Amino acid sequence: MTTPTGVAERLASLVGALRAHGVRIGTGETVDAARAVEALGLADRELLREGLAATLLHGTAQRPVFDPVFDLYFPRGVGGPDTASADRDDLRERLAAALAANDRASLGRLAAEAVDGFGGYGASSASDGWSSHQTLDRLRPQTLLARVRDDVRARDGGSGFTDRLLEDEIRRRIEAFRRMVAAEARRRVAERRGRDEIARRAVAPTADRVDFLFAGKDRLAELRRTVQPLARTLATRLAARRRRASRGTIDLRRTLRGSLSTGGVPMRPVLRRRRPARPELVLLCDVSGSVSGFSDFTMLLVQALHDQFSKVRVFAFVNRVDEVTGLLEHGAADPEGLGARIRAQATLTGWHGSSDYGVALGEFAERYGDAVGPRTTVFVLGDARTNQSDPNLAAVRQIAERARRVYWLNPEADTQWGTGDSAAPAYAELVEMHECRTARQLGALVGRLLPI
Amino acid sequence: MLFTSVDDVSRRLAETGYLPSPAVATTVFLADRLGKPLLVEGPAGVGKTELAKAVAQVAQARLVRLQCYEGVDESRALYEWNHAKQLLRISAGRDETWDEARTDIFSEEFLLPRPLLTAIRGDDAKVLLIDETDKADVEVEGLLLEVLSDFQVTVPELGTVTATRRPFVVLTSNASRELSEALRRRCLFLHIGFPDEELERRIVRLKVPGLDEALAESVVRVVGALRAMDLRKVPSVAETIDWARTLLALGADTLDETVVRDTLGVLLKHQDDILKAAAKLDPGAL
Repeated sequence: MTTPTGVAERLASLVGALRAHGVRIGTGETVDAARAVEALGLADRELLREGLAATLLHGTAQRPVFDPVFDLYFPRGVGGPDTASADRDDLRERLAAALAANDRASLGRLAAEAVDGFGGYGASSASDGWSSHQTLDRLRPQTLLARVRDDVRARDGGSGFTDRLLEDEIRRRIEAFRRMVAAEARRRVAERRGRDEIARRAVAPTADRVDFLFAGKDRLAELRRTVQPLARTLATRLAARRRRASRGTIDLRRTLRGSLSTGGVPMRPVLRRRRPARPELVLLCDVSGSVSGFSDFTMLLVQALHDQFSKVRVFAFVNRVDEVTGLLEHGAADPEGLGARIRAQATLTGWHGSSDYGVALGEFAERYGDAVGPRTTVFVLGDARTNQSDPNLAAVRQIAERARRVYWLNPEADTQWGTGDSAAPAYAELVEMHECRTARQLGALVGRLLPI
Repeated sequence: MLFTSVDDVSRRLAETGYLPSPAVATTVFLADRLGKPLLVEGPAGVGKTELAKAVAQVAQARLVRLQCYEGVDESRALYEWNHAKQLLRISAGRDETWDEARTDIFSEEFLLPRPLLTAIRGDDAKVLLIDETDKADVEVEGLLLEVLSDFQVTVPELGTVTATRRPFVVLTSNASRELSEALRRRCLFLHIGFPDEELERRIVRLKVPGLDEALAESVVRVVGALRAMDLRKVPSVAETIDWARTLLALGADTLDETVVRDTLGVLLKHQDDILKAAAKLDPGAL
């Protein structure tokens, strides 16, 4: 290997950081990456970035993790910018010009200057850290919108059809600048605190590994966008399982027809296809505030899979239970508003607003008992936190006796089960309970548990 | 080696009418240098298949294409014995011994090579395009593994055929199914997304030369705005080019509300998308 010394170590620790984020990279790929470095040279950083991405990554979803990690291990430079930190008005002036011209190179330089000038906190000379939040708070790039828009209009004449797109375009440029500032701040912090630590802590994980219960609003929105692709892969996996499961008797007509090419000797027997029995699915979701991100996501996923099943019925509860199948069909167009619509239009709460598993499950067994039959698979989604009330195990037992299978997906870590007011262990004795904290776990579970 | 540098890749692909982004050029260069297959993913209509065709043209190589679909199998992808011809051969030579007939009917003459075997045999330069790999069943992936890692195919009756000259392999996928980790590990991964504004403008100018410069810029900006929206199917590069051609055919020199509303169907394929986009682009009309 003729890669310069130091690069090999750098590469190995980059791979280590990516592995810590769940990207599976083997030694073979690392060697390929080193060969790529050798072929491309170190002169052009963007080529190097693409080369390493091509050799190390295996999917599109890994790219958002790769880019910030790459920026840390192969940084654009060391230390602050050469120019002395300018004052705020001057910087905003130049930022406005760069935004108007959409000049990405100078936006990058301005981000470096901004973090250097306004991002440092702690003791002034050798500050303890760099904050992108503080930088953006002082610089307020979003307030430049009107000014940049007027500048561009004055320059280009400001008439014509595309003029109406201008504001959104500038907004996107400002958003890009904010990301640059965040990356720059991360780089500066990494210089101070050690690259490996920052690469593990300050780089957000891929969307499918985010914990449902701790995901922020924008991460949940990002997660919802993964519903369609996930549903598609699950649908093909189910179809493949069904195909494999259909081992039937010999189809004589098709076997004879096929034997014509071998001179009438039936060399390949053709098996009769079994007609797929389309199973029924019932979803019982806790939609109280604490677990709503999880149940929203799961409901959308199951809805997206609906043509795989003859009947899907979805029920939501907090302390009363109500059917929401109809609401969900319209939900596909507007996933963000789904949770709010369910809470507004369905009767989910009685005298108080906190979840009560015992009452809700009892009501379900009583009012919607006929939804569950011998062909039905029931999924219960919730954290099994009963707010100290009676868990009503009899109702669960009744549902479990009627249904073909009952599974309980719990968004809490299994170490938390049974702590505080959680009735998880009691329920887990009656029905199969699985930990389901991330979209990745959910995908694996659904692929395995869904009836074929 | 096909290419000397990344710039060389960009320049020569551009000569054939394919404008690569830096990511595409770098990965094609590496695929050539490291001798590994290239797995290309991305939305429909961004030029995944075009890339393979362009590389074939640059390398003056024959393009061998395996179109995958559900149910494609060994006899469609690899090779098949010509049963009818074998039967003819057996009935033609009535008097010969079994041993003679047996060695004879399993020879090259009775072999029907399919794309994978074709790509490996012979000394001429070839580009093997395995299109829409995700549509094929999981079993076919297993078949690809031997071909892609060692560039060899084993025919039990004939022995192992090893490539004397490795083909440049491009696999495309729309990610409708997750390809197996084993297959991914044997390939360089390239995601072709939508091009940035400047590149797309150049693509439009190259593909639709008659279009006015200012109009091309407006076209790209409108498409960019549509992509930022939350639509069921956002317009791809192919749609941008179609739209530009439509505008040229209509003789429009600038975009205005009427032209855009009338031609939005070229860009968007779903009725709800069209309504949503019309409301966004033309707030006064609804």
